[in-house]
Amino acid sequence: MKLNRRLFMGGAAAGAAVATLSAPMAHASTDGKPRVVVIGGGAGGATAARYIAKDSNGEIDVTLVEPTRSYYTCFFSNLYMAGFRELGSIAHSYGKLASEFGVNVVHDWAVGIDREARTVTLAGGATLPYDRLILSPGIDFVDGAVEGWDVTQQNKMPHAYKAGSQSELLKAQIEAMPEGGTFAMVAPPNPFRCPPGPYERISMVAHILKEKNPTAKIIIADPKEKFSKMALFQEGWGRHYDGMIDWIGPDFGGGNVSVNPDTMTLTIDGEETKVDVCNVIPAMKAGRICEIAGITDGNWAPVNPHTMQSRVDENIHVLGDASHQGDMPKSGFAANSQAKVAAMAVRSALTGSKLFPAKFTNTCWSLIDADDGVKVGASYEATDEKIAKVDGFISQTGEDATLRKATYEESIGWYAGITSDMFG
Amino acid sequence: MNIIECVRLTRYAFCMRWIRHITTCFAALAVTATPSFANEIGDADKGEAVFRECSSCHSVGQGAKNRVGPHLNSLFGRRAAAIEGFNYSNGLTRMGKDGLVWDFDLLDRYVENPKAFASDTRMAYKGLKDAQQRTDLLAFLRRYSDDPSNIPEAAPTAAGTDHSVDPAILAIQGDPEYGEYLSSECVSCHQLDGDYDGIPGIIGWPVEDFVVAMHAYKDKFRPHPVMQMMAGRLSNDEIAALAAYFEAAGS
Repeated sequence: MKLNRRLFMGGAAAGAAVATLSAPMAHASTDGKPRVVVIGGGAGGATAARYIAKDSNGEIDVTLVEPTRSYYTCFFSNLYMAGFRELGSIAHSYGKLASEFGVNVVHDWAVGIDREARTVTLAGGATLPYDRLILSPGIDFVDGAVEGWDVTQQNKMPHAYKAGSQSELLKAQIEAMPEGGTFAMVAPPNPFRCPPGPYERISMVAHILKEKNPTAKIIIADPKEKFSKMALFQEGWGRHYDGMIDWIGPDFGGGNVSVNPDTMTLTIDGEETKVDVCNVIPAMKAGRICEIAGITDGNWAPVNPHTMQSRVDENIHVLGDASHQGDMPKSGFAANSQAKVAAMAVRSALTGSKLFPAKFTNTCWSLIDADDGVKVGASYEATDEKIAKVDGFISQTGEDATLRKATYEESIGWYAGITSDMFG
Repeated sequence: MNIIECVRLTRYAFCMRWIRHITTCFAALAVTATPSFANEIGDADKGEAVFRECSSCHSVGQGAKNRVGPHLNSLFGRRAAAIEGFNYSNGLTRMGKDGLVWDFDLLDRYVENPKAFASDTRMAYKGLKDAQQRTDLLAFLRRYSDDPSNIPEAAPTAAGTDHSVDPAILAIQGDPEYGEYLSSECVSCHQLDGDYDGIPGIIGWPVEDFVVAMHAYKDKFRPHPVMQMMAGRLSNDEIAALAAYFEAAGS
């Protein structure tokens, strides 16, 4: 495998002459084009499909497999819950990828991968051959991660960590809470999708409750001693929602939790509490298709940071939350950034286009209350070992209201930017 | 007694005399150390003469009003683009929202090279290269600000800010194909259709404006943490490549 990788990298550098070596004709489509199949149409997959189709000028046949026809971004779904966004404003269709960029969009589940034959099987029965496969399936939950909860209970205790109907459900439950009721969150252990996400959600829930149900309480049971932007969130919670939010860290049993969806109880370190809404965010793992492909090590799929190729199979690239890559957080911004590196590597391997050094960036904005936005971000480079952080920044506590408002406005601009970068 | 205590404890006029006195003492040394940077407190009377060039657009003093440019009373300590009703550029408006408050150091940079500081500034002025003249000008303008206390602090600690970009860097011919790849990092935030929606549009910028702006971020001449980070890791060739790509992308 090492030898092959070197050949591939060398071929890429040498240009088109070697491209035929790394693009075997066995899988070329009927019109002779190399084929790329992308599984998962989120920030990683949609971006990769679009960039490969756009930049190869029709030389590569791109198929995107995504079960949903309307994609709800996880980013900004917390803002929807608080009423800052309409649900429709975080929904996106794949129409432009098909009509403007020529991506073959297939709404189906990928259920099997034959790495020897280089084919993907769909739930509908079709088989898709590929020269390169890109897996960007996001996350699934670890079975048995929270005692008493499994996915059959997600209507009683929603996770709302895949946006859409779960977000609507959680919002409805929050709005239906009795006066002075209790909202509980079971926060996930590291690593997980969107590190500030649970805490932004708490902020948004508090925002609704402050307006509609000001005597209500919020409990967070957290197995982690520290969380993303902790100082910023805690300062903001004190400023906007004083006394409403009770964060229970591991020192007070936040990691020793079970739930009972039938009685709507949450037990923290042996102490049972009756709650009105329970948002369970279990431990996470790579989307199941990565396990099916046999490219995971533990819960995640390790990748080569230079190209996002699987460490197990160089014909497969893994993007975003599902990948184990090093220092980058699991975020939509990170997946979008990784997708561009993978798209370049795939084009280079299949058509001999130029291969430039990989660069990655991430920024995560979070909203604490109306017009009170904060951000954290970093830039990264590829080393042989991992994606390594180069430089970073974070909002500061004590910033004035004008700056926080500008940060929030910046996040709105970013949302418009990244979604047009994903979906065209 | 240090300068800050002086400002706190004494009346303004006394303070100014005191500052002028130590400035004279330090002048020779400071000029030798950083000859291009106006890092002393200047001569306000000479500054008044320099201001004549500005006075076709700006007024200052009793009864000053907005004209082509905003009035300059209480400029020190004022947030950028803060005068209500004045039609500022997007760039300065954004800096104001980001929290930029005019002090000696920032005004010195802006006056030195307005377009390097804010590419789309409406101030049609090429910049004042002479560090001493800038110092004198700012000493004059400071007379019309209520709280001049930020000035002495800025003087000895401010970093070098001579940011006219080396002509050799400006002359680099960027590779637009490389720029297109690099641009994928930019367009996660900056919208491809050029919309200004919390984040400025950058499509179709002239190459020179783009290169000057990026180097101003790279050297932390312009304030904004995300852009300082993004530009900080780009080489001269990479900035040239991006500039070539974005200029062409607008046509």
